[in-house]
Order: sequence, then structure tokens, then C-alpha cells
Amino acid sequence: MTRRIFRLLPPGSARIGLLLLALVLAITIFGPAFAPLSPLDFIGTPFQAPNAQAWLGTDVLGRDVLSRLLLGGYRILGLSALATVLGVLAGALLGMAAGYAKGAADEIIMRLLDVVLAFPQIILALLFVSIIGPELWLIVLIVAGFHAPQVARVARAATLRVVEEDYVRFAETIGMSRLRILTQEIFPNILTPLIVEAGLRLTYSIALIAGLNFLGLGTQPPTPDWGLMINENRIGMATNPWPVLLPVLLIALLTIGTNLLADALGRAAFGRDGARTDGAGPAAADGNAAAALADGAGIAEMRA
Amino acid sequence: MGRPFPRHLLARLLARRVLLGLLSLLLVSIVVFAATQMLPGDAARAVVGRGGSPEHLEALRHQLHLDLPAITQYRLWLGGFLTGDAGISLVNGRPVIDAITVRLANSFTLLLLVVLIGIPLAIAAGITAAMRRNRPFDTAASMLALALAAIPEFVIGIALIVFFATVVLHWLPPVSMVRPGTSVFARPLNLVLPVATLIIAIFPYTFRMIRASMIDVLDSEYIEMATLKGLSRRRIVLLHALPNAIAPTIQAIALTCGYLAGGCVVVEYVFGFPGIGQGLVSAVLARDIPYIQCAVLILAAFYVAVNLLADLVAILVTPKLRSATS
Repeated sequence: MTRRIFRLLPPGSARIGLLLLALVLAITIFGPAFAPLSPLDFIGTPFQAPNAQAWLGTDVLGRDVLSRLLLGGYRILGLSALATVLGVLAGALLGMAAGYAKGAADEIIMRLLDVVLAFPQIILALLFVSIIGPELWLIVLIVAGFHAPQVARVARAATLRVVEEDYVRFAETIGMSRLRILTQEIFPNILTPLIVEAGLRLTYSIALIAGLNFLGLGTQPPTPDWGLMINENRIGMATNPWPVLLPVLLIALLTIGTNLLADALGRAAFGRDGARTDGAGPAAADGNAAAALADGAGIAEMRA
Repeated sequence: MGRPFPRHLLARLLARRVLLGLLSLLLVSIVVFAATQMLPGDAARAVVGRGGSPEHLEALRHQLHLDLPAITQYRLWLGGFLTGDAGISLVNGRPVIDAITVRLANSFTLLLLVVLIGIPLAIAAGITAAMRRNRPFDTAASMLALALAAIPEFVIGIALIVFFATVVLHWLPPVSMVRPGTSVFARPLNLVLPVATLIIAIFPYTFRMIRASMIDVLDSEYIEMATLKGLSRRRIVLLHALPNAIAPTIQAIALTCGYLAGGCVVVEYVFGFPGIGQGLVSAVLARDIPYIQCAVLILAAFYVAVNLLADLVAILVTPKLRSATS
């Protein structure tokens, strides 16, 4: 199985991505079982250097860095995965509905989704968190909400290609219901672009959720969390750098890993370079060339 | 191809896009206003606190127009914003607009430096990579861009602090605090790390765009023709290929500027740089609603405007789009 995946993906970058992802996944999944101490107990003075009791030293409140590190990753990963799945599902549904309905319904759905894209996303997140408070469900919903419009564009473009196919025409002719056509004829045939898109979205979810945690607007203390750890322990960097350095390293490796994999997946599926320059496609034709151009790769949507 | 573009259709497409841009601006302002209406309690109670007398509360409500219907409040708020009166900060009781103007100037300096240094750097690297396609420089630069594209800005920023300002080396200040009343240029070293972080953040996108578009152009027949005519490689690239490769990249540059409206928030916070983004994070933590409204509206307006510009450029440089309306 593993060998088959390896053969499917081009060697080099995809392999590195897979290894990085496996490494961080192993730490987040198996790490909690190996945490030597409680992540919440105060075991000594703040910012101790690594020693026999605390292998990576202590943090700003004198807690064990290693235990907090091992327990600080699975929330970010779980929430990111959840936000990505929700966003891709919602986007796929909206995009398929728009592409299949065409006409006024198409126009209304896509224009409404454009409103979401009119905001810089981190700023919209700040606005809502400032009003409702740093709730985890809110953050998952916000991140999923950011993904939906972009995924909807991809799903709509793919649907517009599929609806012209004979098997969809045939299904219509024999009187299959629209819902069944959407779920059984169209959805399986737009799965490839959706999966590629989901890969890109995952990297972005991780970056955004870790970033909100870093700003103190996501996971709240005293819960161990990599983003939060970086901010909490910044002031003691000169005395014990590990509680900052290791979360930074793990988040970087994780995002690099998912991005390399997503990029390789995209190239395997469409045989194209990471940066799309065509800017064409249905989204461009209706006057939103910028967003179409930004689709796929690049900071404009990876980071904005 | 070959037939003239229908100019009036082009004008209509442009006008439609401008109208859509204005419409999204209006929607953005409604969302910002409506979102803050959802808050439990209101701004007056937040200012007065629990100890305030009912008379005081009533007077403040009246002063803040909170006794008027929501639609009138929205009109007054937007009107005030457009005439430079964005209300009073709930934290220090001073006009929001005063604090924002200073911070806006600081952020603008930061972003200008990032664009002026980062974009030429990324373009130069992209052209070099395109000319040496699949050779070591190209492979290394492309892999680096792919890796950097994924890393969140705050991680880049902290990594730079660790390396250049605290743990490994001590060359640069780890924070960019600026004493009130002094210019951000008073201590130029303060600017190095925030600027570097944002440059690293915008590098991959511009690099990949210019590389891909340069490769397209270099593969075209007229470049082959120029090569066959015996023109020098440098002349071909700089005079014949670059002007054509840069057109699609202009849009990427505009989108990069739009990204910076959001990117500056986290990076300013990391370095304590006194810009509008850091102010926004502080305001969110302190729930300073008038400041949040004003900062979000300004940043979103900038984002909408830059995206609009990017679309207009895209329409003007893409023949396919220019004729799309016919």
C-alpha cells in the first residue's frame, strides 16, 4: 500500500512531505501517551534549562516543557482537519449546486460567496472572535467559512465540465432526481480536484488556527498548545529557548509537509506546476480573474 | 485574434467590476457594523462599567447615538467614518482616528519597504530560475519557495528572532517598540526583522508567478526568432521577454499588497511594531469596539481596493478577458 502511494507520487518533494507529516503526526498521536509529567503541574522555577527531571527544561510558569510539547499538537491538527473537511464539504455542495442549477441561482450563490472573499481573512476572524469570544467551535466555523467560497469555485468549475457529459444527460433522461444526480453522478466525478483543493486547504487551516492560538484568541491557557506556547515563553527565550524553538519547528515542519504533499498531489492529478498562471476558467470569465488567479497556490489565499 | 477589441464592451466590463467593488465595500461596512451590534450589552455600559448611575448611562447612550434605531446608527457611523470622525476609544477616551492615523503611517512605511525590496527580489530570483530551468539554482529556489509558502508568518518571525536577536546571534533588536512621538526611522534596525519576515512571506507567490510566466514567454516563437537572429541572451531576456512576462505578474503584485493588509496584523504583533495591525490585536483583547470597527473597515477597504485594481489590471492585460463579453 505504502509502496503504491510512493509510486503514485513523484519522488523527491512528495516523499519529503510524507515523511515530515508522518513525523509530526506520530508526535501528536503517540506523544500524549509518553508525556512524563502532567502538563499543568508546576515542577520548579520558570525557564529552567534542560535537566534530569525536565528533559527540555521548564516554561514561563515552571511546568514541564516536554510534556506540554507532546500534548500541545493534537488540538491544532484535529481542529484543522475538522475545519478543512467542513469547509470542503460546504464549498463542494454550494459549488455543485451553483454549477448544476446555472442561471440566477448560480449567480446568487457565487456573488454571496464573493462577499466572504472581500475580507482579509485574519481580520474577519479577529472581528468575530472579539465579539463572540475565543471559542473553539467558532474558530472551526470561521476557518471552514473561509474555505467554502474557494472550494465552491473549484467545485463549480469542475461541475460545469461534468454536466455536459453523456452519463449526466442519460441520468436526466431516465428521470433520476436532481439530488441523486448531484450526489451519485456529479460528486464522484469532481472528487479529484476536490481532494487536491482539500490538501491545499489543510495547510492553510493549520497556519490560521495556530496563528489564532498564538495571538491568544484560540485555545486558552493553561491548556498546552504549540501556538500558545510560543507566545507564552517568548520572554524567556534567552534562558530556555526550547519551549519556543520546538513548537516553531514542529509547526513549520507540519505545514511544509502538508504543502509539499498537496503540491505533489496537484501535479500528479493535473500535471501542472504549483503556480497557476492561466487565470482562465469559468471564474475568470465572470469578471473575477483575480480570485481565479489566486486559486490553487500562492499567498493570496494561502495566507491572506 | 486579429480583430479589434470591442472597446465599449471593455468599458462596460470595467465599469461592472468597479461597481461590484463598491458594492463589496458597502457590504463590508454593513458586516462590520452588524457584527458589533451583536455584542451583549452596549458600548455605553462598557464605558461606564458596573458602578455607573442610570442617568450617566442614559446620557452616554444618547451621546453615542445608542438610543436611535440601528439603521440611523449605521448611517451616522458610516457618515462619521467618511468625514474622519470614527468615535471615541473605549480604552483611553481619545478619538480613535488620532491613534489610527499614527499607526496607519507606521504600517504604511513597513508595507512600502516590504513591497519595494521584496517584489524586485522575487522578480529577479524568478527570472534567474526561469533562465536556468531545472538546473540546481531553479530546483533549490523552487523547493525553498514551496516550503516557505506554507509556513505561517508568526513562525517565520519568531524563527528570525531566535536566530538573529536572542538565542543564536544578537545582531538585531527582538522587538520594534517605538517611543510615542518618534518616527519609526529613529531606529532603523527596528525595521529589519519585521520587513524581512513579510518579505519571506510574500516571496514564494511572486517568485512562482514570474518564473512560470517567464518560462511561458521564453518558450514562445518570437523569443526563438530573436535567438536565431543572434541577439545576446541578456538582451533577449531583459528587452523582449520581460515586458511580456511581467504583465500577468502585475496582478500577482497587487494581490500581494492585498495580502499584506492581513499579514501585517500578526507580524506587527510578533515584533510589537506600533502599526494598525498590532493596534487591532490589542483592541480585540481589550474589546475596544470603535477602534476595532475603524481598523477593520480601513484594512478591508484597502483589501477590496487592491483586489479591484488587480482585477482591472487582469482584464486590461488578458486578451481572452477583453473579448469575453462579446
